[in-house]
Amino acid sequence: MIDRRMMLGALTGAAALAVGLSGAVAQTPPLKVGFVYVGPIGDHGWSYQHHQGLLAVKKEFGDKVETTFVENVPEGPDAERVIDQLASQGHKLIITTSFGFMNPTVKVAAKYPDVKFEHMTGFKQADNLATANIRFYEGRYIAGILAAKASKTGTIGYIGSFPIPEVVMGINATYLGAKSVNPNIKLKIIWVSTWFDPGKEADAAKALADQGVDIIMQHTDSPAPVKFAEERKIFAVGQASDMKAFGPNSILTSIIDNWNGYYVSRVKAVLDGSWKTGDVWGGFNTGMLAMGGYGPGVAADAKALADAAKDKISKGEFHPFTGPLKKQDGTEFLKAGEKMADKDLAGMNFYVEGIDGALPK
Amino acid sequence: MRNAMVRLEPRREPSRVMLYATPFVAFVLTLLAGLVLFWALGKDPVRALGLIFITPLTSVRGVAELLVKSTPLILIATGLAFGFRAGVWNIGAEGQFTIGAISGGAVALYFHPGGGPLLLPAMMLAGVLGGVAWAAIPALLRTHFNANEILTSLMLVYVALLLLGLMVQGPLRDPQSYNFPESKLFQNAALLPALIPKTRAHIGFLIAVGVVAVAHVLMTRHILGFMVRVFGDAPRAAAFAGFSEKRMVWLSFAISGGLAGLSGLFEAAGPVGQLVPQLPSGYGFTAIIVAFLGRLQPLGILAAGLLLGLTHIGGETAQITMSLPSATTSVFQGMLLFFLLASDVLVNFRLRFGLRAPVGVGGN
Repeated sequence: MIDRRMMLGALTGAAALAVGLSGAVAQTPPLKVGFVYVGPIGDHGWSYQHHQGLLAVKKEFGDKVETTFVENVPEGPDAERVIDQLASQGHKLIITTSFGFMNPTVKVAAKYPDVKFEHMTGFKQADNLATANIRFYEGRYIAGILAAKASKTGTIGYIGSFPIPEVVMGINATYLGAKSVNPNIKLKIIWVSTWFDPGKEADAAKALADQGVDIIMQHTDSPAPVKFAEERKIFAVGQASDMKAFGPNSILTSIIDNWNGYYVSRVKAVLDGSWKTGDVWGGFNTGMLAMGGYGPGVAADAKALADAAKDKISKGEFHPFTGPLKKQDGTEFLKAGEKMADKDLAGMNFYVEGIDGALPK
Repeated sequence: MRNAMVRLEPRREPSRVMLYATPFVAFVLTLLAGLVLFWALGKDPVRALGLIFITPLTSVRGVAELLVKSTPLILIATGLAFGFRAGVWNIGAEGQFTIGAISGGAVALYFHPGGGPLLLPAMMLAGVLGGVAWAAIPALLRTHFNANEILTSLMLVYVALLLLGLMVQGPLRDPQSYNFPESKLFQNAALLPALIPKTRAHIGFLIAVGVVAVAHVLMTRHILGFMVRVFGDAPRAAAFAGFSEKRMVWLSFAISGGLAGLSGLFEAAGPVGQLVPQLPSGYGFTAIIVAFLGRLQPLGILAAGLLLGLTHIGGETAQITMSLPSATTSVFQGMLLFFLLASDVLVNFRLRFGLRAPVGVGGN
């Protein structure tokens, strides 16, 4: 078996060499790029946005690339097989787009040293495995400002997926943004233990609304909470993609992930041979993060506040996590004027002071 | 009933041949419906079916992955079939699977990074005991408080999933994981040996086949199998024969819970290699379909587990190669079960057309 494959490899190698020598007429085969999504491309949120990245790559490079995607891949034992299968079928760049794909991606990357891997939102790199993430917390800080300004009950509802640092820092950033305009603001949090489950997400939104919440924020991927807010005539903030269509009246804004530029640049790097591993964490300043248009529920002064904060964040003049800040238990984690280091942010596992309820551990 | 145009009338003597033929009939009908489905989607139907049912079997990796996928299905379904035949309904195998993974995994992590040749057997034992312990709860509730075991076993699934979350965010969390919920990667001594080199297929499959063989002998040659059948077919007769119902409930839950726990440990020590919240991926529920598709017979379950595993792996291949939607796999599995149940109905009942009221049911 191995002998035959080696023979074949040697033959193809020789053939390629011959073609290469025979002149410039030779067409290089398209670069095969594979994408692995945790949800369906029709989720209108997280996976939808990554798929936009795939479409951007297709548009940019045309027939120089051949793209494949696999959707609805669970973050459990099946992920490794899917990634392995893409690698074994000649994909030379494989992009896995959910945190739970981290260890499977690491394992497959070790098996295929000549294939480049990109894992989104993880923290393990290798020579052929780069990581990237977006500073969602910057957008959540802005959303917090808008939410606190729009809320009449003074209580914001938050649908959490899993209590990982990514999500915890989003909750904290939301609270800090909201507190900057209303020191008495309250945050109610529900954990649904899923990234994508429209039914569960809508149930959580309803439970929150029944507890007197009049703003729904979410760290899950479907537009179901936004739709619910529209029916209930309360406000919502869209997640990952512009969800305005699902709540034309209810939406305050959306926190929009934009992977297009990053994916296009990484494909380009593979094509011209300059690809290197690395770790990118981009915010407003890189264009990887954007805010959707404001909805009708956003007052003029709220707009001004949000725009000003966004401007300062993108210019690097302001960091949402700037001291003095205390943890929920009262201990100080940032001294006055101190900005939180990226490595500390990446492991955030506590609520800031003022948030009620215990973080699930 | 009076106005029904189509009625179902029980057949006095359902054909035994047909009863065993229905899985094959259902499979053929699924294939035909699949042809229509792919044709309607604008895809080449023959190529799609080829990719789903044949391509995975043509490569070593495909076969290996098929074994990885079917092992837990076969193990769990074999255990469930005992209870199902006796009329004891353990719907919570997913939970027992999860607890088996936690308890077996905890043994591995306790000895991390060491552990000799006895580590794996100890982990398996812990996995089995964990599954049995979790299954004992619905058994106890049923035998002592007459609580419906369908509800209690199902609800304990969610408790088990949350417990796994708690464990990997707390005591079993990898200290170097940036607070992400996952355990350390298991040490080599805690990983199942590969069945096929350089693939994820592990020796768990051999154990599953062994379990099927033992179960087959038990069901056909042993008094236990006879008891199980009597309980399922004629509970009163079983009572007159002096078989204890309580004992049957305990036995059913112990067998199904133990095997579910073992397969949970196999999943953790095999393809995944650590404890993560996403470890339970629905095998405990899919195994219920496998058990019925296999006619609650161990050998049938072996075939059904492989078939369902194949639709899963093949569905992925078709998605990657032909961009078929990922829902294809679920639609296929759903159709298979639907056609099986529909054929079962037709084997056991006769369709009667017309407005005539059934004899003995008069008036309004």
